[in-house]
Amino acid sequence: MDAAQILLIALLAVPAVGAVAVLAVPARRDRAARVLATGLAGVTFLLTLALPVAAPREFGWFSYGPVPALIPWVRVQADWVPSLGLQFHLGVDAISYPLVVLTGLLTVLCCAYTVKKVPEGGAGRTLAALLLVLEVGVLGTFLALDLILFFIFFEVVLLPMFAVIAGWGGPERRAAARKFVLYTLAGSVLLLIGVVTVVSQTGSGDLTGSFDLSRNTQCLVFALLAVAFAIKAPLWPLHTWLPDAHTEAPTVGSVILAGVLLKMGTYGLIRVGLGVAPQGAEWASPVLGVLAVVAIIAGSLICLRQRELKRLIAYSSVGHMGFVLLGIATLTVTGIQAALIGNVAHGLITGLLFFLVGTIKDRTGTGSLDQLSGLREQAPRLAGLLGFAAIASLGLPGLAGFWGEAFAVVAAVQAGGPFWVTLAVIAACGGALTAAYFLRLLRRVTHGPSTPGVRASRHSISLVEWVAWGPLVVLSLVIGLMPALVLSGTDIPIVSLIGARP
Amino acid sequence: MSSQSVGHFALLPLYAAAGTAILALLADLFTGRRAAITGVTLLGTLATAVCAVLAANAEPTFCATGGCSWIPTGAAATTAVLFAGLTAGVLAFSLPALRIGTAPAGEFCFLLACSMTGGVTVAYAGDLITLIVGLETLTLPLYVLVGLRRFAPTERVTSDPAAASLTFFLISVVSTAIALLGVALNYVATGVVHLASLGPAQASVFAPIAGVGAALLVIGLAFKVAAVPLHAWAPATYDGAPVPVAAYLSTASKLGGILALVTVVSRLETRAVVTILAILTMTIGNLVALRQTRMVRLLAWSSVAQAGYILAALAIGEPGAVAALAYAGFFVVLELVAFGVVVALRPQGGDGGTLADFRGAGRRSPWLGAALILAFAGLAGLPPGLAGLFAKLSVVDALIDANWTWLAGVVVLNAVIALAYYVRVSAALYTLPPRVGFSVADPVLLDEAIHPHLPVPRPVAIAVAAAVTAAVALGFAPQLLLNALT
Repeated sequence: MDAAQILLIALLAVPAVGAVAVLAVPARRDRAARVLATGLAGVTFLLTLALPVAAPREFGWFSYGPVPALIPWVRVQADWVPSLGLQFHLGVDAISYPLVVLTGLLTVLCCAYTVKKVPEGGAGRTLAALLLVLEVGVLGTFLALDLILFFIFFEVVLLPMFAVIAGWGGPERRAAARKFVLYTLAGSVLLLIGVVTVVSQTGSGDLTGSFDLSRNTQCLVFALLAVAFAIKAPLWPLHTWLPDAHTEAPTVGSVILAGVLLKMGTYGLIRVGLGVAPQGAEWASPVLGVLAVVAIIAGSLICLRQRELKRLIAYSSVGHMGFVLLGIATLTVTGIQAALIGNVAHGLITGLLFFLVGTIKDRTGTGSLDQLSGLREQAPRLAGLLGFAAIASLGLPGLAGFWGEAFAVVAAVQAGGPFWVTLAVIAACGGALTAAYFLRLLRRVTHGPSTPGVRASRHSISLVEWVAWGPLVVLSLVIGLMPALVLSGTDIPIVSLIGARP
Repeated sequence: MSSQSVGHFALLPLYAAAGTAILALLADLFTGRRAAITGVTLLGTLATAVCAVLAANAEPTFCATGGCSWIPTGAAATTAVLFAGLTAGVLAFSLPALRIGTAPAGEFCFLLACSMTGGVTVAYAGDLITLIVGLETLTLPLYVLVGLRRFAPTERVTSDPAAASLTFFLISVVSTAIALLGVALNYVATGVVHLASLGPAQASVFAPIAGVGAALLVIGLAFKVAAVPLHAWAPATYDGAPVPVAAYLSTASKLGGILALVTVVSRLETRAVVTILAILTMTIGNLVALRQTRMVRLLAWSSVAQAGYILAALAIGEPGAVAALAYAGFFVVLELVAFGVVVALRPQGGDGGTLADFRGAGRRSPWLGAALILAFAGLAGLPPGLAGLFAKLSVVDALIDANWTWLAGVVVLNAVIALAYYVRVSAALYTLPPRVGFSVADPVLLDEAIHPHLPVPRPVAIAVAAAVTAAVALGFAPQLLLNALT
């Protein structure tokens, strides 16, 4: 086992062992436990950064035939439960790597945020430990190269996220948490049936190989997987759990949920959906495309009518994930690259937005747009950050949000034919609506006369808050200027996933 | 006529189990000391497990034309070890109650060891008659154990245990009669009792009789695992019985029933009956569990539903046998953890209590709370209860391999329903104390005053810790159990 493989294992082992260690800290040292959690999350983040350095660079690229094989940078492979066809097979490549780094980053930022401020409801160290467990699940999902292992990690996040919402959430947290957990379990059991069908028919769950399935089976499997991932992503009309979960979740819960948990759905659709059943994907792509465009329009229209800050950002996620899914539905390299960068951009920007609106809600005691106004005069820095995040989210060129949305539309146009061009046009209109509701949000919250709630709130931004938000601001700008950071090297793995299409 | 040769080596586990029962009785007679009786019984369960492992590869014995009646196999040895472990666990859970004298130790240990002997017999049975005798030996002592409850002079005397015992007795006797009728009809039609030659009836005029016999046999056994619509006894009996005995009913007794069902279903053609039972059992078990307000009743209904998943694996016949046994193995360990935590969180010798009694318990006792979460997550089939996840996975895998994807769909749909009540109870463990009618400075302090932190008796703590260790180990290395069963 070489250094890179040990690194890969450590990526899961550090947060897993860390969670246990953090829980074992006695209750009176709660703050020390949260600092420890932050340290461990930081170590994990550094490990994710070290991955490309440690990965052997000399792998030769041999392409036999039209479709190159999928070769991860690093991989670890061992038998776990042979009778169920389960292998412990982890690996990382250009498709999963940006999401791995994003997960590491957001977890460390969220842990740092809990050091200063623990939401009401339970012990801070338990929350920090749950964040680490969530990290294990999400990283495992992004690293898994075995179908059943992917499913297991997909399930790992379910109960910890339930606990975060139910334990530290707002007044209606019980119902929201239950809705979240039942809805997403309904999705993941479909995933279970899908992956077991594939493993049962082909005898292998190796995601780097190809799957020899008949067209009918591919259609069935893709339908199951697509619904499963559409619930997680979430795709209209299966999104109804999301606004409640986001509204009630504590700030760090919302950030993790929007920043990385939703990506498990879109990443799964690319890696597992397209990888396992390319013909099924081709069969279903028009439906996916239509639903994605409906999601964009519906999300934007609902946002225009929203009066609650967190709900508004939650519904904006539905719209953004619509762009990501539109990119995937085109089944072109451009479209999937748009989806990948859209994923990362949404993670950064929506993470930042949830941090900001969570803070505004905590400080003023209200999330209602009717009672928030004049933030610009009272808290200019906070208002400035909110403005930056909103503008990044609406897709201003030069910021991270632009590439995903623009190239999803471009890919749809390139896909050709009246159908895809129509979808592209409607999606572009949806982009304009996105701008409309974010500008409305800014007008309501930052401009106008300040309300008593805003006047009474704390205005300064503390050091911990700068530490938690700063990286997101910088990265939104950097990725906006250099999208190649996320996309370099993704074209060949995408070609091998979707087959020989250009 | 020469006498039949008997392979005593193969019978070692049975001797150890039966010897345990007799030693417990003798220890009671000669010493009368609780420590001696329970110590002997615990050592006896250990000896049974060791003997089962030693004799795993022994030759079959009690052989006659047509087959053998006592067949040591890997699966038999594994389930015998499980029976021994469950018996030891339940005995450990009962020690505090025995100490305060709610049940006489000698009789309790004797009956429990007798029941274990029955379980071992079921595991090794090679013909239908041995199977039924073993199952009855497993169940018979339980009629008494369910009702064996002495009340202290200050305690309010209830007839609940007696009522539970009677319900259980009546239903069980009827079910045995039905099963025996099934065996008899099958014998009339095919002339076979040995499992080795048991199979679907050949086309003859007697074939319909054999079919009816097989169906009756399955129905009789379905009573034992509390499959819907033959389940009505289970919640009432579990709730009336002392909690450790309910744990035994829900683990060891159920495991015996499942073993018998696996034996029969994998040889006779009973798919139609088992499919209907499976769908009804999991769906109704889960739906009714949603509405429960008492802890043991909730566990009883969830255990009904879990039996449904096992029946689903058996609906495909022989190919589902290993999956069903594996599910049962994972399930009994998780169920033992759940009942153990209930015993630990309740006053010594008390009943299971209502769900409201467990409110905030996870905050007061973090370790026990974590153990219960592990058990519930496992029963729901989710991490961190990896053992339960692999149990579900093996059933779904078997069903899809056999092209019964629709039944796998019913199973996973039920898993979603089940999660609703598991998360409800789990969340209640961590809720803040309810608001009292008047204003108090610190509701948490008041709650702690009302719910004093009960010390967990050491044997219970050790048994729960051992069961949790087993559950975690099986979660990371499920292949151990899957290998041991094949």
